[in-house]
Amino acid sequence: MKGRKLKYLLAGGIVVAALAGMIYSGVKESMVYFYTPTELVQKKDSVRGKSLRVGGMVVDGSIRWDPQNLLLTFQLTDGQGTVFVRHKGTAPDLFKEGAGAVVEGAWTSEGYFRSNNIMAKHSEEYKPPAHPETLESKKELFKSILKEGKP
Amino acid sequence: MISTLGGFVLFLALGVTLYAAAASVLGARAGREDWLASSRNAVLAHFCLVTLAIFLLEYALITSDFSLRYVANTSTRGSLTRYKIAGLWGSLEGSILLWEWLQALFAALVVARYSDRHRQLLPYAQAVLQGISAFFLLLMSFGANPFAPLFPIPPDGRGLNPLLEVTDMLIHPLLLYLGYVGFSVPFAFAMAGLITGRVSEEWLSITRRWTVVAWLFLTGGIFYGGWWSYRTLGWGGYWAWDPVENASFMPWLTGTAFIHSVMIQERKRMLKVWNLVLITLTFSLVIFGTFLTRSGILGSVHAFADGPVGTMFLAFLALVLFFSFGLVAYRADRLKGHGELDSIVSRESAFLLNNVVLVGICFTVFLGTIFPLLAEAIRGTKMSVGTPYFNRVSVPLGMALLLLMGIGPLIAWGRASLNNLKRNFLKPSLAALAGGAILAALGVRQAEVLAAFVFCFFVIGTIVFEFTVGTRTRAKTTGEGFLTAFATLLLKSRRRYGGLIVHLGVVVAIIGIAVSSVYKVEREQTLKPGESMRVGPYTVRFDGMAAGERPTHILVWANLMAFKDGKPLHELTPGQRFYPNQQSPFASVDARYHWNEDLYVILSAFERDGSSATFKVLINPMISWIWIGGGVILLGVIVVVLPERRLALLAIRAKAQVA
Repeated sequence: MKGRKLKYLLAGGIVVAALAGMIYSGVKESMVYFYTPTELVQKKDSVRGKSLRVGGMVVDGSIRWDPQNLLLTFQLTDGQGTVFVRHKGTAPDLFKEGAGAVVEGAWTSEGYFRSNNIMAKHSEEYKPPAHPETLESKKELFKSILKEGKP
Repeated sequence: MISTLGGFVLFLALGVTLYAAAASVLGARAGREDWLASSRNAVLAHFCLVTLAIFLLEYALITSDFSLRYVANTSTRGSLTRYKIAGLWGSLEGSILLWEWLQALFAALVVARYSDRHRQLLPYAQAVLQGISAFFLLLMSFGANPFAPLFPIPPDGRGLNPLLEVTDMLIHPLLLYLGYVGFSVPFAFAMAGLITGRVSEEWLSITRRWTVVAWLFLTGGIFYGGWWSYRTLGWGGYWAWDPVENASFMPWLTGTAFIHSVMIQERKRMLKVWNLVLITLTFSLVIFGTFLTRSGILGSVHAFADGPVGTMFLAFLALVLFFSFGLVAYRADRLKGHGELDSIVSRESAFLLNNVVLVGICFTVFLGTIFPLLAEAIRGTKMSVGTPYFNRVSVPLGMALLLLMGIGPLIAWGRASLNNLKRNFLKPSLAALAGGAILAALGVRQAEVLAAFVFCFFVIGTIVFEFTVGTRTRAKTTGEGFLTAFATLLLKSRRRYGGLIVHLGVVVAIIGIAVSSVYKVEREQTLKPGESMRVGPYTVRFDGMAAGERPTHILVWANLMAFKDGKPLHELTPGQRFYPNQQSPFASVDARYHWNEDLYVILSAFERDGSSATFKVLINPMISWIWIGGGVILLGVIVVVLPERRLALLAIRAKAQVA
């Protein structure tokens, strides 16, 4: 009886150890640090090439989009430090100037942050718009391609 | 006016639910039948009151009564009525009211169904359910009042996020809530068993069907959420290991473990404590998940705004854990199992291992989800683990689960003899290896895909084997035709064969997940009108931009023509929706959905004059197998839970027709 219990304990121990090992290596491989732009500016030499996330506000007027090369550049700020970000490809829906965004990637030796993933943050706080828009004003934006009919 | 009335109704409901809990416990202790009857009436009255509260809030939503803060937050005058109705679960307060209503509904169903049965357990189970209701009512009174007034009354409301103004919003949250609330019934009966000391298999057999139905709703909610995300949220994916997704996945994992481990207790009288722990964990994880999503403690696309609600959920969670584990400790002497594992090579141990793996995955997901909190608390650094972590750990564990799914249902109870193993597993194993060899010969090289396929073939092999052997035996002994034998087999042991069908659905879904994630092709390119881009075997030609007015927004779309091997295949019109007062647009993706491969197009950017546009084109092979698998799971669960009597009637009618 005792021997059998030992056997089960041993089997259980192996399963738990395997799980712990997998979790440990998983965490170690995919752990990313989160920095604010200020922290990144301070530590940029020590973290070059490491995978990390940087979160901040997209600086007003900083977004440049080069459609031919699919290159998106912008600046992220936390009020003190500002980081230049280059991103290959387009940004998600909620990404816009003045809104929060988190980018994932690495600091390069050329002095910018190379992003491979943008996570836009949706602000839950509702502020009524200063100048309420109507459908008409949105329509005005696309008048050159506007037509009737269904897609 | 409506604010005062609504608040009063909720307050009344709180009083009634507390009375119902007290009367049922005191009535059971004193043996007073009249008190018990009164408490059952109170449960029904409580349900009526909460229903009235729902009607009041819906009335305010439909009539755009912005004197309620909640209505102003979740609807606008211009919204379609169905989305005004959906506003009920569009934000925190209303979703708690809906939850409480479902809680009240389930409690009323339990009372209506069992009023004359399970005399010992019912009063206490009822009290636990009323206790949960009381928590939600307190929550609405002190943290999240759906009837909070708003002054001055605004001319128009803010409305739901446009992303939520889709039909899916009417289905997905309801399914999840039904699943969440459903698990409170087995939890309540488990606690009743502990309180009364009737810790045998009684509570399991009462709640078996409830559990399976709750599991179905939760599974349906998760699948539906993935499907919704895939079709509408312009990123081409269905699962992102987002905290809120994880919050629904964790109780699903423990709930799945529970469904399996109860079978061992029923058969072998083992694992009594384990089952109590599993149902407690499942219910606690539901509460924990709600805490995660309602407290704003972790950033997530699904998150609601924060407030005192998070703290109240945490306190309730602590109470639930303390109460249930305290009861388990108190009844420890009665919870000794009768049986022991006879052998490692047995159905018991396959099921046990399945439980360990499921709980292991759950722990992994839990750790990954709260990792940012842990890192901040322990090391003071901001860190997180992303998708690679979850995939790295859950993929091998999922593979183990897949293998066990083939072994578990066929291996013998007690101690499997070599003969039993050979008889049941030799053919499926050979078939699986042969299938793997064929795939390898066809050019599949990735080791993990080959392994996944071999395991899937193995499971399918065992299921087919079990069905054919069963049907053949039955046809031989009864002399029925093959088809009749198959149908009666299915109906006679619905739990077993329904379960196997569920397994088949899971395998189909896993094939879809594996193939679509490994062989996905993604390309992004900017095109001028008339230009084309090549993606895999497809060519996509851009024919120009257009825009049009819709009732609530401006839709800008691109006209695309997809070709395959030079032949026109499908017109595609991916677009972006621009809503007034929303700074950024919302994607409106388009795809050619096909059973073996989806061609999926996102309009990611465009010039306003229509001179060029950027497209993200994805080829998602076999992704629809995931949704098909979900459908097969639904079918299997229906076979399991269909009421016995109705089936018997159907069978008689069918026989009469044949004769």
